[in-house]
Amino acid sequence: MNTATNLPARNTKVMNRFDITSRLVAKLKHEEAVISGIGNTNFDLWAAGHRPQNFYMLGSMGLGFPIALGVALAQPQRRVFGLEGDGSLLMQMGCLSTIATLAPKNLTMIVMDNGIYQITGAQPTPAAAVADIVAIAAASGLSSSAWAADEEDFERLVDQSLRASGPTLIGVRIDDKPGVGATRRDPVQIRERFMLGLGVREAL
Amino acid sequence: MAAAEAPTVSQPSQEKSWHEMALQALKHNDIRLVPYVPDRILTTLIRNIHADPFFTAFPTAREEEAVGIVAGAWMAGMRGAVLMQTSGFATLANVLASLAMPYQIPLIMFVTERGTLGEFNYGQALVCRTMRPVLDSLAMEHHTCTRLDEFEFILDRSIKQAITTQAPVALILSPLLTGGKVFDK
Repeated sequence: MNTATNLPARNTKVMNRFDITSRLVAKLKHEEAVISGIGNTNFDLWAAGHRPQNFYMLGSMGLGFPIALGVALAQPQRRVFGLEGDGSLLMQMGCLSTIATLAPKNLTMIVMDNGIYQITGAQPTPAAAVADIVAIAAASGLSSSAWAADEEDFERLVDQSLRASGPTLIGVRIDDKPGVGATRRDPVQIRERFMLGLGVREAL
Repeated sequence: MAAAEAPTVSQPSQEKSWHEMALQALKHNDIRLVPYVPDRILTTLIRNIHADPFFTAFPTAREEEAVGIVAGAWMAGMRGAVLMQTSGFATLANVLASLAMPYQIPLIMFVTERGTLGEFNYGQALVCRTMRPVLDSLAMEHHTCTRLDEFEFILDRSIKQAITTQAPVALILSPLLTGGKVFDK
């Protein structure tokens, strides 16, 4: 958890990843793509109910947003959500500037920030006590970046992102709970079903 | 973006340069998305790709970021290729082994080869020696392109094979192909 007291994140409620993910999934009515990063982030997306437009990343820590960017560029008419943990984003901070430069208006990024590597034993990240992910995103050029104050505010920010003229990043402070489910680790099936869900493939 | 820059004029000899062949091979195979981390050798190719509205080209902060982007784009129906140099490839072992290979993604990589045939930086020479062992350890298709008369064939066939077999390919551009002022400045 953040221990600093002067970060904007301190004014936000500590929420729960599964609850937030479920709230997001409940809003999806238009075959929106959801790309989830490594570990708990995709475990909770899986647990929120599998959709054909969900992609679960099983390695390549930090590439959730780059993959989401690729999907957003290839299908500009489809809304794309990227879900990442704070530790993952720390590994690939440069992608924020790439996304800001390309400015796809169909991309919404959600960062689940608990300040720890929950899955490896809850060790704090190097950024936990000192850095503000949303401020970093804004400084990387993503001007539509904000902390969600609570669950209602999160839903409002998601709705707002659908009408935004550029990419949006939403920071969510979350607790230290592990993911609720466990993604079935079958990369080829995950990829093939995702492509079916995006209308790129026809079923065999 | 360098959209205002004019494409390089063809060589007076009528002989196509390696970078013209590379650009054409991308186009012929409908590869539109080209994220890259630059290399001096790639300068002209990158400039010409930027100048051609067929392509969506842009720099990324890291090579693995570019791999993630083309992986996502391919799954969503848009073909891509990543441009990088040898030292950039050396950062990719994890993403090749955890994304491109297990998800069976036709990742197409152009790698300009530093570290051999006149390298002046010992670190680059050492990095270069890690490249083929990594490719071989994952049983990844790779070709070292050394000759202009073979280049179009290798490119076109390798790109088509990557797409049809859904397997990554690394096209290593040797100094024998790219070096010297005959093909590039």
